[in-house]
Amino acid sequence: MTPNSGTGTSATRRLGVLVIVLVISLALFGLQFSAEDVVQGSTVRIMYVHVPSIWTAYIAFFLTAVCSGVYLSRRQRSLAWDRVAGASAEIGVLFVAVSLVTGSLWGRLTWGTYWVWDARLTSTAFLFITYVGYLAVRRLDGTHRQRARRSSVMALLAVLEIPLVHFSVNLWRSLHQDASVADPNAKVKLDGLMLFSLFLGLVTFTLLFVWLVLHRQRTMLLEDSFADRGLDVAIAERRNEAGVQ
Amino acid sequence: MDHAAFILGSWIGTAVAVIAYAAWVLRRGRALSKHASTEEKPWT
Repeated sequence: MTPNSGTGTSATRRLGVLVIVLVISLALFGLQFSAEDVVQGSTVRIMYVHVPSIWTAYIAFFLTAVCSGVYLSRRQRSLAWDRVAGASAEIGVLFVAVSLVTGSLWGRLTWGTYWVWDARLTSTAFLFITYVGYLAVRRLDGTHRQRARRSSVMALLAVLEIPLVHFSVNLWRSLHQDASVADPNAKVKLDGLMLFSLFLGLVTFTLLFVWLVLHRQRTMLLEDSFADRGLDVAIAERRNEAGVQ
Repeated sequence: MDHAAFILGSWIGTAVAVIAYAAWVLRRGRALSKHASTEEKPWT
């Protein structure tokens, strides 16, 4: 290992290489090898980044809630849980944003408009804003433990939006199509290579998410250490000024 | 490919967003790691 390998280890480097190979494979299958849809034509190729993006965001926010729950439930509360929760939420926000933008482009081609105040789109936008708020709460003044307590409570409330977003297409009349893979009675069926490309996308984005979380939570640990160090120096300076030993 | 601008825009936009975020995380980690002690980096 080099003297300054940042937040990387041999395991994260191997995982990174695997993700790059999978991303290249996904591009080949998604843009070249998979067939065009009989109804949507080539626009279906947006699905291979749109669906994995929202899938990754769901996983990210679910992990944030689980880590927050573990943090609050343990007698000896480890800030490591809070850092994984924060890292995961940040990455989730990125992927919801990607999902909203790619969905908007896809919507322009299939519905003729970039945006409608439809149940699925509106609830997804609300999910995005909620987790931007969660990230803002993490930046409020206070100790690491105050940050962890506040944000954990918020994460446990925010995750309740995910079923609302996911089932919004069934609960309300929606332009957005229903589930086409998870539902065995779905009206829309995917061709074998299309289904493979979609699952390749889900696996690729999930591993990418794992790689990003590993690096981001280590960066957060360093940020916390540096903040503590700065605080220790400031306290020592105040004590010196006051003449306290 | 019909609608190539929209399709490639989706893919390239996704790639740019993820690569930009990953690069920011790695650069920040590397910059902080330079000034951190071994005890502050339990993964090393």
